Amino acid sequence: MSAKTTMSVKTTMPVKATIIAQFQQVAREQDRMLAPLSDDLRLVQSGLDSLSFAIIVARLEDSLGVDPFNEAEAVEFPVTFGDFVRLYERFAK
Amino acid sequence: MPSESLWESITAAGVPPGSLHGLHRIVPLADLAHGTSLGGRLEELRERSVMLLTKDQLSAALSLIELDGVARRLVLCTPDLAPEHLPQVMRDAEADAWVGDETGTVSGADLSIRIAVRPTLTRGDVARRRSCATEWVLLTSGTTGAPKLVLHTLASLASALPAAAPAPAETLVWSTFYDIRRYGGLQVFLRGVHAGSLVLSDSTETVSDFFSRVAAAGITHISGTPSHWRRALMSGAAATIAPRYVRLSGEIADQGILDGLRNAYPQATVAHAFASTEAGVAFEVRDGRAGFPAGLIGKPGEVELRVAEETLQIRSPGTAQRYLGEGAEPLRGADGFVDTGDRVEESQGRYYFMGRRGGVINVGGLKVHPEEVEAVINAHPWVRMSLVRARRNAITGAIVTAEVVMVPGGEASSTPPPTEVLTRELTERCRQSLAPHKVPAMIRIVPALEVSPSGKLVRPVA
Repeated sequence: MSAKTTMSVKTTMPVKATIIAQFQQVAREQDRMLAPLSDDLRLVQSGLDSLSFAIIVARLEDSLGVDPFNEAEAVEFPVTFGDFVRLYERFAK
Repeated sequence: MPSESLWESITAAGVPPGSLHGLHRIVPLADLAHGTSLGGRLEELRERSVMLLTKDQLSAALSLIELDGVARRLVLCTPDLAPEHLPQVMRDAEADAWVGDETGTVSGADLSIRIAVRPTLTRGDVARRRSCATEWVLLTSGTTGAPKLVLHTLASLASALPAAAPAPAETLVWSTFYDIRRYGGLQVFLRGVHAGSLVLSDSTETVSDFFSRVAAAGITHISGTPSHWRRALMSGAAATIAPRYVRLSGEIADQGILDGLRNAYPQATVAHAFASTEAGVAFEVRDGRAGFPAGLIGKPGEVELRVAEETLQIRSPGTAQRYLGEGAEPLRGADGFVDTGDRVEESQGRYYFMGRRGGVINVGGLKVHPEEVEAVINAHPWVRMSLVRARRNAITGAIVTAEVVMVPGGEASSTPPPTEVLTRELTERCRQSLAPHKVPAMIRIVPALEVSPSGKLVRPVA
């Protein structure tokens, strides 16, 4: 906890809210129609493409201080938005 | 293979049993014996240098089979070829004929022979006579963003295929995420039409829809880049197909994606191949581990690999002949080795890919030349200089980021814009003039960038 507090003031925001904000921001930038972000939304139906996800993962690394896709332990690729959030919640301690 | 056309080679073992599966229709290969997609105008293309530019992959596949051995040269254009590069491509290829879609944008207007290809066959007698060893020209992006024309023959393209076998005991069904007009896709095209059937992808289709077509066709072998496969695993549709062979190429296959595919397809051989348009197919690794065994370097054989200045070099029958065009640089060295520009590093008996030496950024299989993006950023009046670099990314391999040095406020008559305003304006400019994957995902204003004594921006060694 203490090591991460200096990362960014944004870490005080709950992980899920940070993720939602980032999805919306990137969708706007990439001119993509974002589907309502319910937990059971399949990422493939979110309206975002690979490039959008790449940008989201990079920005979340900056704001949350973690990149679960780059962790030493193998991760399951998230299929739904809920999976995606849980993955970050697991690593963003 | 060198002495026969693609059609002769496909039919060498008798009537081909397979089909070409397009988005909307399926064409049995056997039908090409008495049908044509070129509306009876095949002979007009004999000994011509033909620009082949169709949106639809099925039309392109049919044209390739019909035109090998007929056209002097085939220029395989992908639909994303920028119109402003067309004149250069046509000039370098000495094109004198055009094969395109019926409804495609009118191009090649100054060519006397323009033929519309259709993804269906018109019945009629077709004398498939081979009169030349057709040159196949593939396009890759060059240092300025303008495409380079890479000259192959059917023999060099097919060199990595299994030796011509008698009629295969069973029909295999191949597919690929790639466009078949790119090197990786062309390898699958050639395997598919020789071994059985081929399911063509379509850029407008979702992974789920693509996989339902692929599953319906009874897929056995399928290939794509690591980025394609990450997208597939994230689609939730991965389990809808059950191939027995899964291939990765075109980007660095890291352990994460190899493990992901092993879990998704426990019944399949997961192989990652190294190939480039210029160097051809170098090797395939089937042990499920990232990198490749160090023993491949210096091993005698048809395909020879060596490491020079930490970069992989290849000499093989699959190597392209040369670049086309006036003043084109040599494609291979005096001793026949092609420098791939891919840096490798050895660790405990295995080599691992470390990225491109030239600093080309690979975003999900699409190339980005940092200089091209910097040129757009640097055109802003408040920008002094910029450095565009790759940031590692698990989804697309890399994304583009930029560091920008502003013109010092004291040098201008007006007030400098706040940094948020400037970064927003720069992003907007990039979006207007660059493809989405080239637009920096992050722009940082920095006080200075390192410049070498020779006056060049110091670039990170990729």
